[in-house]
Amino acid sequence: MSTHFIVHDKADTVGVVVVEDVQPGKEVTGWIMETNETISMKALDAVPLGHKIALQDLKPGDTVLKYGHDVGKIVAQVGKGRHVHVHNLKTKRW
Amino acid sequence: MSRYQFFGYRRENGRVGIRNHVVILPLDDLSNAAAEAVASNIKGALALPHAYGRLQFGEDLELFFRTLIGMGSNPNVAACVVIGIEPSWTGRIVDGIAKTGKPVAGFAIEGHGDISTIAAASRKAKEYVQWATEKQREACAIEELFISVKCGESDTTSGLASCPTVGSLIDKLDPLGATTCFGETSELTGAEKVCASRAATPEVGKRFMQVFDAYQEVINRHKTSDLSDSQPTRGNIAGGLTTIEEKAFGNLAKIGRKTKYIDVLKPAESPAKGHGLYYMDTSSAAAECITLQSAAGFVVHLFPTGQGNVIGNPIEPVIKLTANPMTARTMSEHIDLDVSGILRREMTIEEAGDRLIEVMMRTCNGRLTCAEALGHREFVLTKLYQSA
Repeated sequence: MSTHFIVHDKADTVGVVVVEDVQPGKEVTGWIMETNETISMKALDAVPLGHKIALQDLKPGDTVLKYGHDVGKIVAQVGKGRHVHVHNLKTKRW
Repeated sequence: MSRYQFFGYRRENGRVGIRNHVVILPLDDLSNAAAEAVASNIKGALALPHAYGRLQFGEDLELFFRTLIGMGSNPNVAACVVIGIEPSWTGRIVDGIAKTGKPVAGFAIEGHGDISTIAAASRKAKEYVQWATEKQREACAIEELFISVKCGESDTTSGLASCPTVGSLIDKLDPLGATTCFGETSELTGAEKVCASRAATPEVGKRFMQVFDAYQEVINRHKTSDLSDSQPTRGNIAGGLTTIEEKAFGNLAKIGRKTKYIDVLKPAESPAKGHGLYYMDTSSAAAECITLQSAAGFVVHLFPTGQGNVIGNPIEPVIKLTANPMTARTMSEHIDLDVSGILRREMTIEEAGDRLIEVMMRTCNGRLTCAEALGHREFVLTKLYQSA
């Protein structure tokens, strides 16, 4: 079974797409590296290889967790299965 | 023979190199033409042209001397010819390199002109090349190897797979006595507290935080935005990295899961606390960082890339690995090790770490890296502030 996205830590709220063909409506399978679990959900956006996909609904002000750590804040509503990038996630630094 | 041994060149001071360069080192921008003419005359000599060396002062000048003396002193250099516009600073570089015991000679252009300087320096370079090419490699132990790491054009595959592959190598070789170095002060932003916790002692962690805080002051003084065009870079963003914090945690995966760093180094400062992992205060620009690490005496470099940075260094071989399958496919001539199998669950990070050790050992034994074969010789001095 192919892995479409990878989640580093169980606590993470985003995963990373590792294939080149994630399109809206596609059922995608993810691998949680920390626990070796497999999860699945429906992608709602086209998400390019290497880009992040939301694992849950996120609202402005929410902290995004990746590697189990705070990697920034949500600045626009994001639904589960949506593309997370510079349009809805910003640094808390500088 | 154990896979953790390699064949290197033992230098006069006992340090071990994996290359056998005869370097023609210009003191300053004005001497680049003569240095390049000498390297053109004498086959096997390598000129290291650069842009600086005039009217620098204070800490910036000290860093300049430390970097140039360090490049000439690196164990990958068998012998060195220094050419400068005037004899005083030229002599300072020669005296610094001479402390290693290796052959070094200086030539000054003022009062002689380029042509007679090139003639005299070429005669010396020819003598050095013929002497160096008779040197033989000998069996060396892993604890004699100095390894530096830095990543570039990172993307999310770097943090998931290629940086942890380097981390696996460090976790495996640190207990065996390898000396290793990471840097990239700005790219630890967001992960600085985790990085401070990876220091071997609270005192070393405190010194790391002092360096980190000083760098943040530089950024706050000069920034025009949240640095989103530089950190992350446009390439990082194209590859899916969104924030500096996300980039930093991926970056930090290069030092493994358990290895602790034992000291904090100034830019281009040589390790002096024995075997172990060192943090060096460096820029995160690839050529500047690797130049500072090679000037500190590191002889082989591991460089994870996501989107495909093509960096090399004139004297320290740069081994590139990527976990991005598109980069491995579209830029294969630059990639020494493809670890994209980790993302397809065909390979574990531990297995990838073993593969990287194997590629590194072959490089140490003499196999040219992709960057060496392609002629990448990026030599970029770090400048702390404007010249007088």
